[in-house]
Amino acid sequence: MPLSREEVRHVAMLARLGLEPGDEEFYAGQLSGILTHIDRLQALDTESIPPTAQVVEIANPLREDVIRPGLSQEEALANAPAAVNGFFRVPSIQEEA
Amino acid sequence: MPSGWEVVIGMEVHVQPRTRTKMFCGCAIGQPGDAPNSNVCEICLGLPGVLPVVNKAAVEACLKTALALDCEIPRHTKFDRKNYMYPDLPKGYQISQYDLPTSRDGFLDVDGRRVRIRRVHLEEDTGKLIHAGDKLHRALESYVDLNRAGVPLMEVVSEPDLRSADEARDYAMALRTLLRTIGASEAEMEKGQMRVEPNISLRRAGSEELGVKTELKNINSFSALHRAILFEVDRQAEVLESGGTVVQETRGWSEAERRTFSQRSKEFAEDYRYFPEPDLPPLEIDPAWVAELRRALPELPAARHGRLVAEHGLPAPAAALLSGDRELADLYEATVARGAPALATANWIVNEVAPTGKLPSAENLGELLRLLADGAITRDQGREVQVESVETGRTPAEIVAEHGFRQVSDESELLVVAQAVIDANPKALADYRGGKKQVIGVLVRDLTKRAPQANPKVASEVLLKLLG
Amino acid sequence: MSELTEMTVTEALRHLRLRSFTAAELVTAHVERIERLDKYVKAFLRFTPELWERQAAEADRRLQAGEGGPLTGIPMAVKDVLCVKGVETTAGSQILRGFRPPYTSTAVARLFEAGAVMIGVTNCDEFAMGSSTENSGYHTTHNPWDLDRVPGGSSGGSAAAVASGESMISLGTDTGGSIRQPAALCGVVGMKPTYGRVSRYGLIAFASSLDQVGPFARSVDDAAITLSLMAGRDPLDATSSERPGLDVLNNYDGGVRGMRLGVPREYSEVQGIEPGVKSAIDAALKLLSAAGAEIVDVSLPHTDYGLAAYYIIAPAECSSNLARFDGVRYGIFEEDAPNVTDAYLQTRRRGFGIEVRRRIMLGTYALSTGYYDAYYLKAQKVRTLIKRDFDEAFKKCDAIVSATSPTVAFPIGAKTQDPLSMYLCDVLTLGGNLAGLPGISVPCGRSEDLPVGLQVLAPQWGENVALRVARAYEQASGMKAEVASVA
Repeated sequence: MPLSREEVRHVAMLARLGLEPGDEEFYAGQLSGILTHIDRLQALDTESIPPTAQVVEIANPLREDVIRPGLSQEEALANAPAAVNGFFRVPSIQEEA
Repeated sequence: MPSGWEVVIGMEVHVQPRTRTKMFCGCAIGQPGDAPNSNVCEICLGLPGVLPVVNKAAVEACLKTALALDCEIPRHTKFDRKNYMYPDLPKGYQISQYDLPTSRDGFLDVDGRRVRIRRVHLEEDTGKLIHAGDKLHRALESYVDLNRAGVPLMEVVSEPDLRSADEARDYAMALRTLLRTIGASEAEMEKGQMRVEPNISLRRAGSEELGVKTELKNINSFSALHRAILFEVDRQAEVLESGGTVVQETRGWSEAERRTFSQRSKEFAEDYRYFPEPDLPPLEIDPAWVAELRRALPELPAARHGRLVAEHGLPAPAAALLSGDRELADLYEATVARGAPALATANWIVNEVAPTGKLPSAENLGELLRLLADGAITRDQGREVQVESVETGRTPAEIVAEHGFRQVSDESELLVVAQAVIDANPKALADYRGGKKQVIGVLVRDLTKRAPQANPKVASEVLLKLLG
Repeated sequence: MSELTEMTVTEALRHLRLRSFTAAELVTAHVERIERLDKYVKAFLRFTPELWERQAAEADRRLQAGEGGPLTGIPMAVKDVLCVKGVETTAGSQILRGFRPPYTSTAVARLFEAGAVMIGVTNCDEFAMGSSTENSGYHTTHNPWDLDRVPGGSSGGSAAAVASGESMISLGTDTGGSIRQPAALCGVVGMKPTYGRVSRYGLIAFASSLDQVGPFARSVDDAAITLSLMAGRDPLDATSSERPGLDVLNNYDGGVRGMRLGVPREYSEVQGIEPGVKSAIDAALKLLSAAGAEIVDVSLPHTDYGLAAYYIIAPAECSSNLARFDGVRYGIFEEDAPNVTDAYLQTRRRGFGIEVRRRIMLGTYALSTGYYDAYYLKAQKVRTLIKRDFDEAFKKCDAIVSATSPTVAFPIGAKTQDPLSMYLCDVLTLGGNLAGLPGISVPCGRSEDLPVGLQVLAPQWGENVALRVARAYEQASGMKAEVASVA
């Protein structure tokens, strides 16, 4: 199933990937090629087959409610490109105008 | 609101379960005033390569809540990822429960109305954003504090069974009482431990179809909840009456401006792309665990309320207040069990203990009530004794003896001071003689100020006699 | 005594304990070899002199005191997706440039505990997405046997480091074949354990339900020991198994006599398999048969659908796993953007390479409204069918043997223009990931003078079975992994 340019734009926005000149055609072409291969799955009848999300049977081990030492504020911010007064800084978030 | 419309309200309530640590990591739950990014670790910061592990205490709180709401608890549940990128969401997805929640299909009875509960599930909170810049211009930049990121939340979703702002508020209050009673949450709205989001729609009276709904956010108190719903109902009615249509959207409540406003993102509709969280195996709930939690549940508020009215003969308002606070109700029952009279005990707790927020022991309270019943001390003195007893741990009898508290009920002992009061209040005297009989209260208050041990009832009688 | 940089772990440990040489001398020999060769091979992204000095000194102190552990003094290289506290870890991506994690991955921490000496961080395809290391955001690694060819991937740097004698063991990760395929192309041993055998804590995730950490080594014994030390339950990974790590060594040296080895016909006839690879595998099967194994035909009927299912599931999980790379808490960030959304768009467009973006797009699409059932759910159901294929096959055999890769190492640039041809490199390995199986690749002769790998897959938790077959083959063939002289 070929991807339209509009679908590419929509998916890129969902994925928060900026589009530069040429990207739309590139993704549309590449993804359509891969999806053509993937579409062979539709030939399989899987009506009665349960999905596998996790392939190994492991019971979910619950954690006791015990405090584990975390990071200091300094350690927490150490890798941040922009930190101010103990906060991570980001450009303006557009709220209602 | 114009007539002919019916209000339909459903509630989504986020509740922070009582835990020491976060939902998926061992970070301590911080307090509102903590330094930013000081209750964090690599896991709740969403650093690369880290994995979530479920907090058992959060699951337990959720199961208890589900049991108290008569929900079904399926054996198989799982966690899912809700994907969206926002600076307060460190991983770019929130771990929540989508199609197999911890529980579903329960109810809560509120003042005789059954509110169906659709589901109670677990998820994690986001961080906090602070916006810099002024309102005239756009915010210049924003600051991210991730102390709240990963704090456990239970989401209690009701069916749209509520029909007014009053009902919605009463439902939220009943839910809070229930959560506190079973110890699942402290549920303090001011601390963000309980957040209510009503969804509201209007329909023509008699219609079975649901109208278009809006969901309200940023509500910080029960009174704000009430006000916000009233405003939103009027707003929708106005839209509909003028022939318009309600837009399905999320609206914020501004307490300062007393209005709701659109929070809809104009640029882009999100698509959360839920899928099973691959980092967490499915959660199998052992029925034996559920049975054990069910056995350990305390008597629920509705049942206790009924018992206090039927068996103790308490008036409904007192029974409601007591059953709404497990500690007060426990104190009441323990004191009565020691022989104190039911009604006097209930009244004293409702009027004199509850407002202080500090609870005496049942033993001391029983003794104090006996001193009061015997007329050995005045009510004012009783209040003082209670405060001192709670602070110091000494018994009321000791405190009464030490302060020499007693109550004077002998008219002859009060005659002199009563005359002095009348002499000192010529205006009150004139008013009284002029027919304003209620000024007697002013005189009694002045008398008990001069003679704190005076029995107010006897003092009133003496004053009346002197005034002739 | 052979060259210090050509020894196996077993040999080196004997000498270290005898004090024939010190841990410091052993690490120095490797560092000198790196200085000589890595400008050609380019297996490493970074070196960790502070670590190797401290850890080698500690190893020598312990060896002197006679209290050495199972890997004391052994030089180790670590793939750039496993976090090591204070060491720049970037998953081969520009978006993580400069990131120094404040924690160490459990797998690496356990090997440090066992005495390993870390010499550096190895190159890989960006976020482990690729089969040639050409997708690295830093540089391409070269195959030590032919510098014009790829080492395979995504753990190409780790495979090349061991093949060139730059490290004695190394760690990789395998999501669709990323340990086994480069092991095959570089002529070393590489093992992917059962999903859940080794903790993923501190492993920068590509596809969470498929990723596993595993070792590269120059002998099956070395791989087995290294794996046993990393394995076992980790309270920080809810998907890690309770099974003790030492289970993987259970009777793993028992030989193949009486074992039934299944040969899936779909694997022998797989699209694009080279005749030279096929004949090397046929020769291996003859040797195993001569060693007493029974070779049986088995079928994995859904093999043709594996790649399609994999290229839905892995990109879907990656699209979510990589959402955290927004530049706020770490990595690079487009600070001049007018608002947060634009900052995200630009940071991620520039920080991620082309293959990563392609897979994020594919995965986002597969999970989006209207396509979830047709793609993601469908792929999960096909995953069930593929798992059932293996369950059926393992009723007829103890282990499955095949080529690891349909081809030998291919020239650099040969497949970069056609993603599907690159994806087909994993066609024989990704079934093991979809079914969660343990798998190992051992050197099995040559084709066109380049190494060929023999893959052994075993049922879940049957690492000891896979190791047993691999070790029996290694013994029967006398084919230890060699060290490339690097032309």
